[in-house]
Amino acid sequence: MASENVKALTDADFGESVKKGVVLVDFWATWCAPCRRIAPIVDQLASEYHGRITVAKVDIDENPMTPSKFMVRGIPTLLLFKDGDLKETVVGLANKDDLAKMIDKHL
Amino acid sequence: MTAERQVIIIGSGPAGLTAALYAARANLKPLVIEGVEAGGQLMLTTMVENWPGYRDGIMGPDLMTELRAQAERFGAEIIQGDVSAVDLSQRPFTVSMGKTSYTAQTLIVATGASAKWLDLGVDKKLSGRGVSTCATCDGFFFKGRPVAVIGGGDTAMEEAIYLSKLATSVTVIHRRDSLRASKVMQDKAMSMPNISFIWNTEVVDIKDVDKGEVTALVLKNTQSGATSELAVDGVFIGIGHVPNTALFKGQLALHDNGYLKTRDGSRTSVPGVFAAGDVQDHVYRQAVTAAGSGCMAAIDAERFLSGTLHEASESLEVRS
Repeated sequence: MASENVKALTDADFGESVKKGVVLVDFWATWCAPCRRIAPIVDQLASEYHGRITVAKVDIDENPMTPSKFMVRGIPTLLLFKDGDLKETVVGLANKDDLAKMIDKHL
Repeated sequence: MTAERQVIIIGSGPAGLTAALYAARANLKPLVIEGVEAGGQLMLTTMVENWPGYRDGIMGPDLMTELRAQAERFGAEIIQGDVSAVDLSQRPFTVSMGKTSYTAQTLIVATGASAKWLDLGVDKKLSGRGVSTCATCDGFFFKGRPVAVIGGGDTAMEEAIYLSKLATSVTVIHRRDSLRASKVMQDKAMSMPNISFIWNTEVVDIKDVDKGEVTALVLKNTQSGATSELAVDGVFIGIGHVPNTALFKGQLALHDNGYLKTRDGSRTSVPGVFAAGDVQDHVYRQAVTAAGSGCMAAIDAERFLSGTLHEASESLEVRS
């Protein structure tokens, strides 16, 4: 249930894409079972915060540079950027309310 | 407040989903609150070779997908999210998820157990930075690099075997001098050329928090007290599980080790509240025993609702 509100980023456009505003990025892979669990939550956040934040995802198999740059050594990992600065890191599963609270802090 | 339910099931591993399947087939229209670790521990495993009926094994996540679809087919309603509080002081029981509350005449607790961490503090700080409790999730990042696995049970062996196909070397660190893992898992691990073992040894520190990545483990021999360092890029913790019973403290009777107390099938200390799976089982902890106890809990709940639950036995005694 990939949502059209979640933008797929690549190594090539990642830096440019997180430069402005609040951007939540979901690092995932097709083989990662817990990633499939957090994906619908990320989708819901994307719709609920539509227009206020950017929600994006990075397939780590196809884009190895970005996870390496941010020292992502486990997935799912969510990173939250504000105007290009890394503000929050969430490793593993998380519930939607906690993620919403985390996003609200930066709005 | 939503309409009162006949049964709410908390948890969506083999116990919760089997309870849901049976409750749904008994027309109890169960509500399943799946929890953040939806699907349970099997979601983090690879091949499950001891689930009856699959002679060649089945992938853990596939098994859970099937079980979920099967429960839904009979009308179980499964919702996302975590329970934040329960009130078991009166019936109907109240189950809250943040601002939303649900009520039900019976409750089945199937919250399972979660991976135990080391209690060092540093392991949580370096979580996702080289410390992991899930080899199938995070092993990918350690292709061609040295890793360690902590523990001596089946979980640790499964992690070691999985990682041996990716990492240059896998060092298993165990605090005893023999493994607790099943024979078949031990043999498999021992036969891998790049898995080695360090016995009678505990991990007392993980470096390097300042760098924000794992560079080495500080080890202590439990016999001699001697400390040493092992350079690794990743460390996988497989030292067992802790039951997810925090929600029920002070409301349901617990064993000293934190597991829920059950008796006479799936009864807890509160009539109408039943428990199934790893949350109440510190002995067997198998997918199939969890599923079996989930079935028992659903049948017990159904009989409780219809007033036909068997009397609790007082004790086991031989009568002449």
